[in-house]
Amino acid sequence: MEETLMDLDLKEREEYVINMGPQHPSTHGVLRFETCLQGEKVKWIRPHCGYIHRGIEKMSESLTYPQLVHLTDRMDYLSAHINNEAVALCVENAMGVQVSDRVKYIRTILAELNRIASHQLWWSAFGMDLGALTTFFYGLRDREKILDIFEESTGSRLLQSFITPGGLMADVHPNFQKRTREFITYFRKKLPEYDQLLTGNVIFQERTKGIGYMSLEDAINYGVTGPSGRGSGFHCDIRKIAPYSAYPLVKFNEVTYTQGDTYHRYLVRMREMWESLDIIDQLIDNIPQGPIMLELKAIKPPKGEFYQRVETARGELGVYIVSDGGPTPARIRYRTPNFSNLFIINKIAAEHKIADLVAISGSLDLVIPDIDR
Amino acid sequence: MQVEQLTTVIQTLVPEAQPGISKQYPEFIIPAARLHEVAKHLKENPDTYLDYLFCLTGLDRKDGFHVVYHLTSTKFPHIVVLRVILADKTNPMVATVSDLWKAAEYFEREAFDLLGIKFENHPDLRRIFLDDDWVGYPLRKDYKDSFTLER
Amino acid sequence: MYDFGPLVNSITSWLDTTFSPFWAGLISMVLLGLVLLAFYAVLGLYLVYAERKICARMQNRLGPNRVGPGGVFQTIADLIKLLMKELIFIRNADSFLFNIAPFIVIVASIMAIGSIPFAKGLQAIDLNIGVLYILAISSMGVIGVLIAGWASNSKYSVIGAMRSGAQVISYELSVGLALLCIIAYAGSMQFSEIIASQEDGWWIFKGHIPAWIAFVIYLVAGTAETNRGPFDLAEAESELTAGFHTEYSGIKFAFFFLAEYMNMFIIAAIATTLFLGGWLPFHIWHFDAFNKVMDYIPPVFWFFGKTAFVIYLMMWFKWTFPRLRIDQLLALEWKYLLPINLMNLILISFLILMQWHF
Repeated sequence: MEETLMDLDLKEREEYVINMGPQHPSTHGVLRFETCLQGEKVKWIRPHCGYIHRGIEKMSESLTYPQLVHLTDRMDYLSAHINNEAVALCVENAMGVQVSDRVKYIRTILAELNRIASHQLWWSAFGMDLGALTTFFYGLRDREKILDIFEESTGSRLLQSFITPGGLMADVHPNFQKRTREFITYFRKKLPEYDQLLTGNVIFQERTKGIGYMSLEDAINYGVTGPSGRGSGFHCDIRKIAPYSAYPLVKFNEVTYTQGDTYHRYLVRMREMWESLDIIDQLIDNIPQGPIMLELKAIKPPKGEFYQRVETARGELGVYIVSDGGPTPARIRYRTPNFSNLFIINKIAAEHKIADLVAISGSLDLVIPDIDR
Repeated sequence: MQVEQLTTVIQTLVPEAQPGISKQYPEFIIPAARLHEVAKHLKENPDTYLDYLFCLTGLDRKDGFHVVYHLTSTKFPHIVVLRVILADKTNPMVATVSDLWKAAEYFEREAFDLLGIKFENHPDLRRIFLDDDWVGYPLRKDYKDSFTLER
Repeated sequence: MYDFGPLVNSITSWLDTTFSPFWAGLISMVLLGLVLLAFYAVLGLYLVYAERKICARMQNRLGPNRVGPGGVFQTIADLIKLLMKELIFIRNADSFLFNIAPFIVIVASIMAIGSIPFAKGLQAIDLNIGVLYILAISSMGVIGVLIAGWASNSKYSVIGAMRSGAQVISYELSVGLALLCIIAYAGSMQFSEIIASQEDGWWIFKGHIPAWIAFVIYLVAGTAETNRGPFDLAEAESELTAGFHTEYSGIKFAFFFLAEYMNMFIIAAIATTLFLGGWLPFHIWHFDAFNKVMDYIPPVFWFFGKTAFVIYLMMWFKWTFPRLRIDQLLALEWKYLLPINLMNLILISFLILMQWHF
């Protein structure tokens, strides 16, 4: 029998539950927030994921190690290079081989370019979430330059699958250094424009300051990493904790704030773009010569279990390979940053307004395929 | 804390703890019954202070289901891996650590969803990715359904 | 120089002499209705095109540039598309209210246009309470919005409608008080008299700083009343998908869409009439040659030029600012705009009493 409004008791009738998603402009993908409202105020949020669960971990069990990179691209599609690098490093460490310095440098440069591109897209979409539609075009205008560099060197714009276990798929294009250097000078001029358009805006500051406070304890407890965690003062930058590739060679700062609100999560990403530019600046002019691919008979890690942590644009990515010595992993596990970052939303967005929920979920920078895998 | 010291801490706590499979991080195999107690001690002990659980993995191995806890500290640089082997493959069950690390609540839901490992006292043990009426646990090695490709 | 009064009078007298009074009235009503409707449609299309071009300019884009030279026919193509789209009927919606809501919104804006003076004598009806009439009619639009949100039987829609209701009711006050400042200066609510009082200078120049304050408040509150710009909470697409018109499709959606642009035009036209001298040309004191040249430009151009300027301002801040939150929106009105406005009105009354304005 259909339940009518009168059958519900008074308490339940006051609960006004709306589903934000799976198709909703502010969830940036197929994520569903079951949101309970009281007027404009959000009482609780229950995130539901799994709408884009493709079973990447299951699929990976039947793929060889070099094939894994094609699936990792499709987890956090905005940090494809960094995801690839995680798998590559894990397999290389398992086999106990070292790639050449050239590969390390190029990997780091690509990863940092990828991080900038990801933050640009986040900035664009974050402005949209807050209703400043113009940011989208400013962000994408500059992201295009990075995608062009990627396209020239890797042949692909979004899902490059360029970094593979043992090295790189191919050498970078001869123009790579020149264009990257051009991009650095170009983007250093354009970044202040971002601040002029959004950061300094009074409405923007009113909308974000003090909204969605995440304490350091909560960030650690929920495992919120990446810029979202660093906005609360969580020193979780894997590039500093466990440096890999060329990161030990470069000087950069781990951007942290202690305020932990939406505005400071925003600032972390803005400043990270500057840091990434500095990292690329230090590396781009002295890429050493060397082989781009190790000459390995077979990419087959020995029996054992191996873990590799890297810092993607959204936080800590862990790759856990369990090998039985065969050509395919016995089990592969991805500890993806967005999965852990998502579930704090109820804690930090409850008791705020609907508009704040959108701002907060935007400031966590969720990429849904990375949650669901 | 150095590996030797960590080993002593854990050895005094659980004498039956064995050194783990992986050599990458200090790893200990803990009996399932004592896991929660060990985890609580390691988290609250000011010398270890393992307050950040960065990965919780369920594995389907020949000797049973493994649950692997990757723990690190925000104060110290050490990483500790705890491993629980659940030999009973029909009803794998281990105490939850979601009361210690909130992150574990969702990792455990994922392990339950894909491997069918049950976590005692878990506040909300539901499937997280698959439909509620999904039959079977896809990451188990003996999982079969109508569209699994045979290699 | 350009007086449309004799033309209008000759048509009226011809109608009066040819037909009986009943038929003459009916024919003039139909004629006016047709003229206004045609004007409404053309202006709506042009405004949509202008918005798309201006927004494209702000966003480093080109905007529509395929249909016709510079894309001028793009909105006509869009209109044809909207006309041919299916009108989706929502099963659990209140069908009578659901269907009538877009008409309420659009009728309110058409009625408001009737009393706007485009040039001397070019005004459908010159009411002696013109400003009051416009305020009354334009706030009827919100009833349509509320009905649309309620009748859609969608949760997002009803939140959007409630937001819109709270917003328009609040900002109506500021609009009214800001206009009251100028009414106090001009001493009349009749549009023709308000314009006549600006023959020797627009109120924004004659009215000292209080007139500027009133103008800024009017622009902010007016933008909020049209549910536009940083105040588009009722249809905040990142929060409520599309707010009150989520469930509408085809031409019914187009009605809401068109009404939004026409409301913007009305707000801008009132700003022009009350603050910027309406259709009066721009004069500089003692520059007689310059003033003579300005007089030769037809008043219609002056009116539309000034209106376009105000519309451009409104579009400018729509495409630059993030959206406000509902509590900030209401705080802005009740805690800042309204008290400032009241103080401003007292100040203006004092200025008028002391005869300090020009």
